[in-house]
Amino acid sequence: MRDTINIDGRNIPFEDGQTIIEAATAAGVYIPHLCHKPGYSPHGSCKLCTVNVNGRNCSACTFPAASGQTVLNNRRDLTEDRQRLTQMLFVEGNHFCPSCEKSGNCQLQAVAYALHMLDNHFPHFYPQREIDASHPEILLERNRCIFCNLCVRASQEKDGKNVFAISGRGINKHLIVNSASGYLKDSDIEIDDQAVHVCPTGAILIKRTGYQIPIGQRIYDHQTISEAALQQECADGE
Amino acid sequence: MYEYLETAEQPENLKRVAVDPVSRVEGHGKVSLLLDENNNIKQVRLHIVEFRGFEKFIQGRPYWELPVLVQRLCGICPVSHHLAAAKAIDQLVGIDPATLPVSADKLRRLLHFGQVLQSHALHFFHLASPDLLYGFESDIGKRNILAVLGDYPDIGLQGVKLRKYGQEVIRMVSGKRIHGSGAVAGGMNKALSRAERDYLLEDIAQIINWAEAAVALVKKVHTSNPSYYDNFATIRSNYLGLIKPSGALELYHGGIRVKNERGETLIDQFDYCHYTDIIHEEVRSWSYMKFPFLTSLGTDMGWYRVGPLARINNCDFIDTPLAESARMDFKQHADEAIVHSTLAFHWARMIELLHCAESIRLLLNDPDIMGAELLAKGERRFEGIGVIEAPRGALFHHYQVDENDIVTKANLIVSTTSNNMGMNESVRQVAAEYLSGRELTEPLLNNLEVAIRAYDPCLSCATHAVGKMPLQVELLDAAGRQIDHLTRHSNGKFERANQ
Ligand code: SF4
Ligand code: FES
Repeated sequence: MRDTINIDGRNIPFEDGQTIIEAATAAGVYIPHLCHKPGYSPHGSCKLCTVNVNGRNCSACTFPAASGQTVLNNRRDLTEDRQRLTQMLFVEGNHFCPSCEKSGNCQLQAVAYALHMLDNHFPHFYPQREIDASHPEILLERNRCIFCNLCVRASQEKDGKNVFAISGRGINKHLIVNSASGYLKDSDIEIDDQAVHVCPTGAILIKRTGYQIPIGQRIYDHQTISEAALQQECADGE
Repeated sequence: MYEYLETAEQPENLKRVAVDPVSRVEGHGKVSLLLDENNNIKQVRLHIVEFRGFEKFIQGRPYWELPVLVQRLCGICPVSHHLAAAKAIDQLVGIDPATLPVSADKLRRLLHFGQVLQSHALHFFHLASPDLLYGFESDIGKRNILAVLGDYPDIGLQGVKLRKYGQEVIRMVSGKRIHGSGAVAGGMNKALSRAERDYLLEDIAQIINWAEAAVALVKKVHTSNPSYYDNFATIRSNYLGLIKPSGALELYHGGIRVKNERGETLIDQFDYCHYTDIIHEEVRSWSYMKFPFLTSLGTDMGWYRVGPLARINNCDFIDTPLAESARMDFKQHADEAIVHSTLAFHWARMIELLHCAESIRLLLNDPDIMGAELLAKGERRFEGIGVIEAPRGALFHHYQVDENDIVTKANLIVSTTSNNMGMNESVRQVAAEYLSGRELTEPLLNNLEVAIRAYDPCLSCATHAVGKMPLQVELLDAAGRQIDHLTRHSNGKFERANQ
């Protein structure tokens, strides 16, 4: 018999070394997440994947699956916590979905829909953040960065470069570019780098391509983020 | 004509009346009157709080966001801003109207006709028809769309359905009824599918019939009391708008034509990319909104009106048959080359509504709207100017970008700004001709609003609840102390506080 964990009453097999979120995804169970991406080292920063394991809350994207775990995932209290966390992400940055070119393809927006977030709840911070439009092909719109660290990991782990880093704390936290001038144009980033395509929000964009996908044909126009995530991540895992 | 009422000679001893806000107009406006003891009007000003911050707000944004960002300017005609901005950023990617792919051009026109149709229907049926059907000094309880729906159910319902149809056109082309996408630099992001085309075709015959009925209705209202309709709020002015190369009515793209009050053409087929050579804007200390004027005529004589009346006056013909015959009918009504009647805006608006409906049918039957070639690109530029005939008149969008694609400068002239002087003059005319010397009552004050409403001004982004115009009339003595005070609350109740 294979080892299993139990998520919301369902026994789910896992393999040695898998995290809870990996085991769940392989079994078709969606756990909300933003900073986790299959094939990337875990980061554990957004806390959206918080589940309750044997009575304790922990991050499903970093916590290893182990035999006999009883995991609570799809629970009202957890959904409420995740909603609050998402609301914080919205007010900490400057996210204006109606005019954003990532709208419909944005994981932050899609997660907010999935969690039935109807307002921001918290007052807006309206932080001052700089746009870096210096690169001829790539736009860095820091207003929409949620510090998931995926671009940092992508650059290091996938592209063999070191273009991005997160610097500062609290309200002053910001994404920095590793180049002499601090501008993207002077870094060694290239348009085909994974780091350019990994951003879950509209913070790293290919210039001059916005709004070209019509409404109705964008990723989350026809599927929820849980459907998209399970589909995509199963495909990635193959 | 009525400029003498812009500034009173001795404002100290005059009563101040503020009509604030102007109801059933999109946004916020305020009319202030100064009266002497005999209720003679000494000063009339229409103040409009315009949201100029927008030009600052879009600075620093990447240019491709503009068509979507600027839709936020206005809750009623977002598509006009969307298209004007798209035309401007076309130029940034090296595309001019002549090099825009045919399918993209036709889809944009379809989108625009849908927009003008819904906006004109909204204005006429929801905002203006209560005045026209019940009279301008009618009971306030009647002056709203609900009363119209009760007393004239067919007309009211047709208005609602005409508007809905326009919104459906917008939804099919841009993905959403409001704030869709659609136009992008150099083209469009999608064509119409066969199913979408067929869906819109289903109702178009009915829509054209209703549009014809709307023209007949407004004509009947106008001609049943011609002396009133021809004279109320009427002022003589210049008219400015886009025109087709053939001289036909044009809403999406053309050169600028200007006619003077005698109907003489002063400017024709002028490339709008050089608009700053012919139009300047004057700032007046008492108004937030600027006063545009034709530089060749100067500030006093150079103001002009835009919108449906300007367009119908300016064009030589309309290239759809039903609207053209309605136009001929309209022209016959006037005994001179130009129709100056401000209330004729309503009539002209319905002729355009009919033209939109006919044009939508033509486009829906044109296979190009289902074409595959939607995007084009040329050599990049750093300045773009887009002008379109929005429902309320010529709308100018002008942008400069840097080498990183970021907007560095923006200038917009919205239709309502172009009509600023016209609206002020009309309000003064009404005050001088109809109010002066009479005791002020609510129905009389409504007359002022009727004059403004004829222009369908889009004063900001919010619609007002109908029939809820709070009014305050204050009578002040020479020392500025209040000696009489009349308030009308939003529930229609009057209250007088004699002290
Ligand atoms: S730029 Fe995007 S990928 Fe990088 S940290 Fe910010 S949100 Fe994450
Ligand atoms: S997905 Fe686990 S902490 Fe972000």
